[in-house]
Amino acid sequence: MTTLTSGPRTTPVTAPPARFRDLLAAEWIKTRSLRSTPWTIAITLLFVIGSTAVATLADKAAPSGPADFRPYDAYPPAGYWTLILVASSMGALTVVSEYSSGLIRTTTVAVPARGSIVLAKAAVTAALWTAVGTTASTGSFLISQVILNGHHADLPITHPGVLRALVASALLAPVCALVGLGLGVLLRHTAGTMVAGIFTLVMLPPMLSESSRWAADVKHALVSAAWNRLIQTWGPEPGSLGYTATVSGSWLVYTLWPLITVALAVLVVKRRDV
Amino acid sequence: MIEVSELTKRYGSKTAVDHLSFTVLPGQVTGFLGPNGAGKSTTLRMILGLDAPTTGTATVSGVPFRRHPRGLRHVGALLDAGEVHGGRSAAAHLSALARSNGIPRRRVGEVLQEVGLAEVANRRVGGFSLGMKQRLGIATALLGDPPVLMFDEPVNGMDPEGVLWVRRLFRRLAAEGRTVFLSSHLMSEMENTADQLVVIGRGRLIAAESVRDFAARSTRSSVVVGTPQAAELAAVLTAAGASVEPEGSTGVEKLAVTGLPADRIGALALDNGIHLNELTTRTASLEAAFMELTADSTEYLAGQPR
Repeated sequence: MTTLTSGPRTTPVTAPPARFRDLLAAEWIKTRSLRSTPWTIAITLLFVIGSTAVATLADKAAPSGPADFRPYDAYPPAGYWTLILVASSMGALTVVSEYSSGLIRTTTVAVPARGSIVLAKAAVTAALWTAVGTTASTGSFLISQVILNGHHADLPITHPGVLRALVASALLAPVCALVGLGLGVLLRHTAGTMVAGIFTLVMLPPMLSESSRWAADVKHALVSAAWNRLIQTWGPEPGSLGYTATVSGSWLVYTLWPLITVALAVLVVKRRDV
Repeated sequence: MIEVSELTKRYGSKTAVDHLSFTVLPGQVTGFLGPNGAGKSTTLRMILGLDAPTTGTATVSGVPFRRHPRGLRHVGALLDAGEVHGGRSAAAHLSALARSNGIPRRRVGEVLQEVGLAEVANRRVGGFSLGMKQRLGIATALLGDPPVLMFDEPVNGMDPEGVLWVRRLFRRLAAEGRTVFLSSHLMSEMENTADQLVVIGRGRLIAAESVRDFAARSTRSSVVVGTPQAAELAAVLTAAGASVEPEGSTGVEKLAVTGLPADRIGALALDNGIHLNELTTRTASLEAAFMELTADSTEYLAGQPR
């Protein structure tokens, strides 16, 4: 930047700056013009909601067990960890595919304000995956209620913690998509980004035990552990030996991960050669 | 107009571009020439603000490119035809770019028509040949109707009809008063297209002048003389200040003479009673001039350890 701003300025810049609305529209065109986008989303939704049906049907204790455990059936790890993987990979691909093909140079020549490109991509990604996540989590909740209703074990949305679990599961997708996008800008390589995303979002949390303070702290600062805490409608058991994450801390984790990775991406992209 | 001043780019200890200064004027086609690895693409990327120079400046229409708010309206650039997403159609690719710069949608159809891709507008770019991708890249460059256009090796992969079309297009764009900057490692490509040349080698400026001056100043045009009295003629011409070298295969008495025009050689031969059976002026080709000037600055020479 320092060397570029010292040049003579003989003609004033008369064109109005690129409107952010136009950048959003451009990124939306890019997203929807890829055939893989609707297919991936449709298959993922089918799988996530299907996994809920399977998990709820398998819950033989539902009719007799405590009511608090029943909404948990709606969000089985098999389905939602898949959602994490798909959302983070698709978020990453929006930028990594531009880096690997070189399209990023064409994009940057068109819009020299690089930070705005990243923010526009982030906004479109967040909106798309919030819609997907909401569909998945609402679908999961409804199908599990239908099945539980067969045992007369359904719970209203107003039951304590049920709405929180639904919202946390809906937001899991955009949080992971944004983390993937941020990592994609930082790493630029397809394979590296995928591995980094899978490692931080899915593989790392189970490696950390909750019985020691530091390991529990690290674990609770990770997205999938935060989601795990937010969908638990019950509080920590009084006699538990492990450390339990707090609900407010988990919401904070949900906010900070995408915020920090996208902010880093914006900073890096302004300084780095394209 | 493109102005490059003392532009330098270092990657570690390697200097890709070394204190390069030149100006590209509107209304002309300017060729940007250099052997492979001379720093052409790096220079183009710095002009476009993609790479930050180590030192020096590059401006487009008087402003560093990164300060232009809507890039496509100021510069149309084709850097590499492969820089597209194979899964998108040509129309979708252009629509997204047009939208990002607030360019009306109808321009997409217009430029696709212009480059001859209207019929495949909705086909996925991944299935395009290199020549078709080059056309799409040119369509991208034309999208914003910009005053400055830059093309990196635009005729790669094009069929002869495409090459002719591209040449006519560049001439027309320049005639409309635009700045057209065209990089190539093929001198012959410039002979028919460019008015001006910027020649670089190993990141340094070798020449910045008109195509005619460039051809004239380097390979001194030579005269081929055929005579049965070669030794005698050589002595006469050398005495007159020319430099003489034997030419052709042994047995055939031919001399290549530089430093004297054909009419002077003929007169000298007549004065000295020397019989001539051939007297041909050989004009310098642009290709020869280029090879000669860049011989010392070729980055990658085949089979020659340096």
